[in-house]
Amino acid sequence: MSPPFFDIDAILGDPETKIIICCGAGGVGKTTTSAALAVRAAEAGRRVVVLTIDPARRLAQSLGVGELDNTPRPVVGLDTTAGGSLDAMMLDMKRTFDDVVIAHSTPEKAAAILDNPFYQALSSSFAGTQEYMAMEKLGQLHAQAGQASPSGGWDLIVVDTPPARSALDFLDAPEHLSALLDGRFLRLLLAPARGPLRLMSVGFNLVSSAMMKILGAQIITDVKTFVTAFEALFGGFRQRASQTLELLSSRHTTFLVVATAQRDALREAAYFVDRLTEEQMPLAGLVINRVHTSKLAVSAARALALAEDLDPLTAPIEIEALRRHAALKRVVEQETLLLDRFSATRPAVPRTLVQTLPSDVTDLDALRRVGVLLADKD
Amino acid sequence: MRSPRHTLHIVSGKGGTGKTTIASALACALATSGRRVLVCEVEGRQGIAELFGSTPLIGSKERRLLRTPDGGTVFGLAIDAEDALLEYLETFYRLGLAGRALDRFGAVDFATSIAPGLRDVLLTGKVYEAVRRGIKQRPNAYDAVVLDAPPTGRIAQFLNVHEALAGLARVGPIRAQADSIMRLLRSATTVVHLVTLLEEMPVTETEEAIAALRPTQIRVATVIENMAMPTPLNHDQLLTAATRTTQLVVPGWTDKQNRALTAEFAGEAARTLQQRDRHERLESLRLPLAEIAFDPAGIDEAALFTISDQLRDQIRLEAA
Repeated sequence: MSPPFFDIDAILGDPETKIIICCGAGGVGKTTTSAALAVRAAEAGRRVVVLTIDPARRLAQSLGVGELDNTPRPVVGLDTTAGGSLDAMMLDMKRTFDDVVIAHSTPEKAAAILDNPFYQALSSSFAGTQEYMAMEKLGQLHAQAGQASPSGGWDLIVVDTPPARSALDFLDAPEHLSALLDGRFLRLLLAPARGPLRLMSVGFNLVSSAMMKILGAQIITDVKTFVTAFEALFGGFRQRASQTLELLSSRHTTFLVVATAQRDALREAAYFVDRLTEEQMPLAGLVINRVHTSKLAVSAARALALAEDLDPLTAPIEIEALRRHAALKRVVEQETLLLDRFSATRPAVPRTLVQTLPSDVTDLDALRRVGVLLADKD
Repeated sequence: MRSPRHTLHIVSGKGGTGKTTIASALACALATSGRRVLVCEVEGRQGIAELFGSTPLIGSKERRLLRTPDGGTVFGLAIDAEDALLEYLETFYRLGLAGRALDRFGAVDFATSIAPGLRDVLLTGKVYEAVRRGIKQRPNAYDAVVLDAPPTGRIAQFLNVHEALAGLARVGPIRAQADSIMRLLRSATTVVHLVTLLEEMPVTETEEAIAALRPTQIRVATVIENMAMPTPLNHDQLLTAATRTTQLVVPGWTDKQNRALTAEFAGEAARTLQQRDRHERLESLRLPLAEIAFDPAGIDEAALFTISDQLRDQIRLEAA
């Protein structure tokens, strides 16, 4: 039995849909899908902003914005007859972090934080920072959405999630960073040997001296300085992160899981679908990119047999075409099998298939074509 | 002059290029008669276990995965940063109790997540330890170690353990550990292989990774073009097919069938032409290229051996 069809246009056309989050493993075409959705929604009359993460330069170019930066820029060349518009931006994780620090503390404190070596490491390379900052940026965009353009005026935000090792990282990272900065170890580090914590601090001294041994006293000092300066800011961070998480579970948000018809990508998609279901988060459906199809009803075995009977001197192209057809048929078989298995275990998840494209997506027209493939009933 | 035998092979590539498959196949290729080869992963994905049809590799324990047809043995290991830190503490400080206390206070999580460089030092440190066993002829030594490393976007940062700790730990044992790891990574016995598809984004990322690795002084040995579709047709023939200049004729087929085949192959030929352009871009990198043919049946143990044969034929394995 085939799964229900995932009607992209119904989602894009619903004014109650205000945030669409595209999730999936790395390399499945998430950024392209997000951009194609944004273009399609804008041309259907929505006022859209798309938040992309690290797009390939050519995709940025295809959106008509040579350089994407941390501020939404209007995309030109769009058909705006339906009254829509499209802004695009690329997340700059360090800039976003810096901006938050500057916006929420005194100039002296901000300078102290920005200079701290530990902050510099945290803001540029901590594994969860990108996800955390994507959430922070989403919160900001959402707050700005109500304002008049050009600094706002959106009624739909499309978010491309960071290329994580696992699609789940997007949901887990903010909590992880919060737990870390709010954790027992840090609190002990800041205020040992006082009050009720005193008893614990016997064990703690052991721990602390071990940490010093491994890391050296320097890093612990840097961390302490950072945390002291950051403490006032941190409450706000936590609060905003939990607000954004709340926003993610609201009826205005919907998740779109992107995958390809390959084992790893589908396994990641399955984890994500299950997690959303568990947490009662709204899953719109599954997009399967780069699906292969063949309109020619000749089996792989038959094509190979025919190729063998042809003369390589007179029909070299025919032989190659038949061999390729056989390979294609095997791929189609393999993909169908994997997709059927996925749908058998999660039959309620709507799905849309996007055929593999003959060339790279490099301009608005190509993004429009992807949009059509997304919306078309397979 | 004979080049030195490579004992550490680091495999990276953009997500979706099949780097785990190539790393595993390379381990099989290196496991010739009587040799012991370890393949490690560091991202907690259990991709190796999945590929070898084994139960998950847990607890940072090395496990025998298979015996190759050539009589070598492949072992697998999934390295976890927290386990590595506890093991490190145990080995160097005999911190049995304190180690557990560290865990209870959330300090292990703290240390491995808050200092990202530390995490990478711990992960590469475990690989370092496995390689050193061979050099020092300790028990459970391996003839070669293959690392299924993070993707190309992060590979230079991951391997540059020196840089990662800069400004964080300037002195201390972890710094000394990082220095030893860096020496091994820069030595002539360590090589990086970058896996790519002949598609725009993976090729661009490969070029970027090579540029990013240059200052680290770590050697890139091979660029591996995975899922390639070799064809005997020349450029003109492909162009004719891509532009549908002449309709293909398979004897006995209806006109409709022949038209469908012509249309289908036009797309394939166009793609092949694009792939040839990208292959030329990779050739201009002046690095050895290896080509792994696409396997339409998907990847299983048999496919792994097919790939490992192709790797053995193309990469100079005595050197590689």
